[in-house]
Amino acid sequence: MADQAPLICKDIHKTFAELEVLKGISLETRKGDVVSLIGSSGSGKSTFLRCINLLETPTSGDIIVHGDPIRFTTNRKGERIPADNKQVELIRAKLSMVFQSFNLWSHMTVLENIIEAPINVLKVPKKEAIERAEAYLNKVGIYERKDYYPAQMSGGQQQRAAIARALAMEPEVMLFDEPTSALDPELVGEVLKVMQSLAEEGRTMIVVTHEMAFAKDVSTQVLFLHQGVIEEQGTPQKVFDNPDSERMKQFLAPKF
Amino acid sequence: MFDLKGYGPELLNGAVVTIELAFLSLALALVLGLIGAVAKLSGSRVAVGLATTYTTLIRGVPDLVMMLLFYYGGQVGVNMLSDYIWETYEVDFFFQFNPFISGVITIGLIFGAYMTETFRGAFLAVETGQIEAARAYGFSTWHTFRRVMVPQMLRHALPGIGNNWQVLLKTTALVSIIGLTDMVRVAEEAAKAERMPFHFFIPVAFVYLALTAGSELFIKWLDKRANVGVIQET
Repeated sequence: MADQAPLICKDIHKTFAELEVLKGISLETRKGDVVSLIGSSGSGKSTFLRCINLLETPTSGDIIVHGDPIRFTTNRKGERIPADNKQVELIRAKLSMVFQSFNLWSHMTVLENIIEAPINVLKVPKKEAIERAEAYLNKVGIYERKDYYPAQMSGGQQQRAAIARALAMEPEVMLFDEPTSALDPELVGEVLKVMQSLAEEGRTMIVVTHEMAFAKDVSTQVLFLHQGVIEEQGTPQKVFDNPDSERMKQFLAPKF
Repeated sequence: MFDLKGYGPELLNGAVVTIELAFLSLALALVLGLIGAVAKLSGSRVAVGLATTYTTLIRGVPDLVMMLLFYYGGQVGVNMLSDYIWETYEVDFFFQFNPFISGVITIGLIFGAYMTETFRGAFLAVETGQIEAARAYGFSTWHTFRRVMVPQMLRHALPGIGNNWQVLLKTTALVSIIGLTDMVRVAEEAAKAERMPFHFFIPVAFVYLALTAGSELFIKWLDKRANVGVIQET
């Protein structure tokens, strides 16, 4: 049997009040894909990422995670909502997210942060969850910080802990929402390095980013979003070296 | 030491009553406060309405009036209920409303309203990113509430809980008015009989002071524990 696509999004629309932020975004991934979503602020790339794991409910369009389409229904006010919260929870557990501002739970140590969801959501036995967590902490290079609280670490360390938390779910797809945007410039590299090693391992990743070098060197697919539509899409070579869209050319042009 | 003219053991018993009353009322107030806060934040129109009525009503009526109402009114209410049950089901149900129970209910209800506001503010102070991370990792609503919202909220609520507790502790003195033999009541009787107000009320004042000072230390300690993982701004 051929590998099932880890994630398919079909014609995603999202409207906030009157404002249409996404005007039909589709995306199909294969296992091991690294998809970079690029574009200027307000282009809808973060909103699209948040629609994938239902932090925002898409106004229309389908999301299929490993062959499992998310079911929707309409509430009394006529808004579209997920039909089955249990299904949403299960799907979210397969799509772990890394946030711009880390969002590690501040009252838990790094280790507690990492084992919380595997134990309580995936029902992994505690001992195994701890072993798993320690292995991933080693991988992201902060094993010795496992008993620290998030506030006791640098931004780069916190983001690496957050990546370990995402890895511990052993997800189908990892979603990164501008993972380096809140970091001091000198800390960006350590996080990108970890992400690159994940890409090389063949993990499926969707990354909203402003790091063009990362998008160009690490991705298998690049989507350039502009005002809620995909302006340019393809391999990094195509998008960066030979774009069709005028906007993409402008976006890439040196700013000073 | 003081010569308490033989009222010593009674005063001590009274102090124990005061402490029991305070802790039971606190427990009730915390439960009501949590329910009230969750109701106010639930977004459900009925729940918000009920909780708002509760806090508005309680905060607008003097504590003493509430207490008299519950003590005298409460018994009448129970009697009416027990008559009704006897007439309809022939079941003998009776419940004696004593001053202690009325005190716990009244003080619990009053401070439940204040705790509602404390908890509500504390829940609102929890960063949305913390809750979003829980949702993004597949936590159920209940799991998010229990493992993320409550522990994070407590840090913000503790100072308010501490204040409410101190006021609550002092409010228990009011229950002596409806006849509960707490230490204030004992002191009052002793002071009248012996015509020595200073002699009996000053020790009572010191007991309250010791209780509030002790709780302040305890709350400081709790606060330190709740703030573990938070860089303190000095």
